[in-house]
Amino acid sequence: MDAIVVQDLRKHYGDVQALNGVSFKVAEGEVFGLLGPNGAGKTTTVKVLSTLTKPDSGRAEVVMQDVVKNADGVRRSIGYVPQSSGVDRDATGRENLTLQGRIQRMHGAVLKQRVDELLELVGIEDAADRVVRGYSGGMKRRLDVALGLVHRPRVVFLDEPTTGLDPEARVTMWEELGRIAEREALTILLTTHYLEEADHLANRLAIVSRGHVVVEGTPNQLKQSLEGDSVTVELSDGNVPDARRVIEGLDGVREVRTEGRQLRTRVESGARAIPQILSALDRSGIAVEAVDSHRPSLDDVYLHYTGRDFREEDEASTE
Amino acid sequence: MRVARDTGYMVGRQARNLMREPIWIALLVIQPLVWLTLYGQLFKRVVNLPGGGFGTTSYITFLAPAIVVMNAFFGGTWSGMAMITDLDRDVIPRFLATPVSRFALVASQVVRAAIIAMIQGLIILLISLALGVSIDSGFEGWLVVLVTAGLVAAPFAALSTAIALLTRKEATMIAVANFIGLPLLFLSSTLIAISQIPNWMQETARFNPVNWGVSAARQVVLPGTDWVSVGEHVGLLLALTLVMTGVATWTFRVYQRSL
Repeated sequence: MDAIVVQDLRKHYGDVQALNGVSFKVAEGEVFGLLGPNGAGKTTTVKVLSTLTKPDSGRAEVVMQDVVKNADGVRRSIGYVPQSSGVDRDATGRENLTLQGRIQRMHGAVLKQRVDELLELVGIEDAADRVVRGYSGGMKRRLDVALGLVHRPRVVFLDEPTTGLDPEARVTMWEELGRIAEREALTILLTTHYLEEADHLANRLAIVSRGHVVVEGTPNQLKQSLEGDSVTVELSDGNVPDARRVIEGLDGVREVRTEGRQLRTRVESGARAIPQILSALDRSGIAVEAVDSHRPSLDDVYLHYTGRDFREEDEASTE
Repeated sequence: MRVARDTGYMVGRQARNLMREPIWIALLVIQPLVWLTLYGQLFKRVVNLPGGGFGTTSYITFLAPAIVVMNAFFGGTWSGMAMITDLDRDVIPRFLATPVSRFALVASQVVRAAIIAMIQGLIILLISLALGVSIDSGFEGWLVVLVTAGLVAAPFAALSTAIALLTRKEATMIAVANFIGLPLLFLSSTLIAISQIPNWMQETARFNPVNWGVSAARQVVLPGTDWVSVGEHVGLLLALTLVMTGVATWTFRVYQRSL
């Protein structure tokens, strides 16, 4: 059964077309990732699905309920964990959870027990009766997740669950989210602009760019859809433009892009291409520091399907 | 039913958070005391002005009910700050993804401001009592003063919440509160008998909600209470509260559409 059905959603804010025909389906029990750079329309999609905003056109259903016509039904079935922490910083963790349960119509011993259970599940039971102001970023984020789970929703939306966390806390969070999803038998829709995060957490994902889904599949399917290997060449000095020209001139080379002193390219076979690349660079007098060949990553997938570099686009829209 | 319960939860949340602020609680008590003593001493001798109109020879008796109203008015105009904090911290969007009553999110701001104004009103009345003020109409008088305090705070709290929702900026909130604060205070009989102020000000004061509150509260404190006038002014404040709460609810819809 499909837990989430999204069909041709469109929405604009002023002159900006935030959603330009987004469609996808998420099966029950699946962890589905919406991957895309900042400004691609991920958060807007989640806002529509969690009934915070209405689409201009198109249809969206969460557990068989229409997000516009049956908004209250949807609200009872979903947990929403916003991108920026929505916790009440002047209240304790326990008070935050208890209030959230009350407005989800839970009461008495059932609520109390559920709050204890969640404090333990997300690992903040020791800080439960402290005011949130003193929590670390990671603890606050875990409380955010717990707030979305109080009423045992079937579907949970995680909007950028690890943005703002340091790399170590991010990895811990990934492990916890995986464990929680399994224990609570959840359908999760998560948005992220971290390629590693989508790769790590999602069973299936859709790459979103400029308001629509570019491609959809499991991380492996997407990577396998790109034939060949990725080759990374690191130069000793900064003569990137010349090196780029040389590599682009070779046979069987596709999609060259640069990052600092690195050039990345896709080739049919890494084993055959590396000697050619090295000798061509050598002939042009360009010194190479290191060279590496690997299977395509989601970076390469993004570039292949959108024709744009993920990081460049991400940074450009943050400014 | 659901609206009442959700409003209760939201007021409970705000009250609990405020109870964690010792400085806030201390000022809640000290502030009215400062107003009473400062104004009480500064203008002590105005009751002797030729022409009179004060209805009492004790300025503090004349002043005390008005200080209750003034305090409620100031408290109300600033109360939108809480909404700005909740918007800034994305607490409101989190609530909006639940079935919580939307009206309760707005109404709780108004109810909280009214309750605080009534608590402060009670403190002011108790201090005034110690300073020798007597409330002429007894228990009903106490009740009217406190209800008036709540009904003065409420419409201004709704207005303040509306401004918070439309602008979402502290700077604008501060500017508006300052802009209306002193003018509305001076265009009323808060500090001086209405017959002692210029004619055009007397006329303007008739449309000033702060003056409605002062008139009602003072009527029951001074001898010879005119209950019809009390009823009229309390009724006007009640009507204004309903209208302003409606406005604040409408601005909440505007905010939701901006999400």
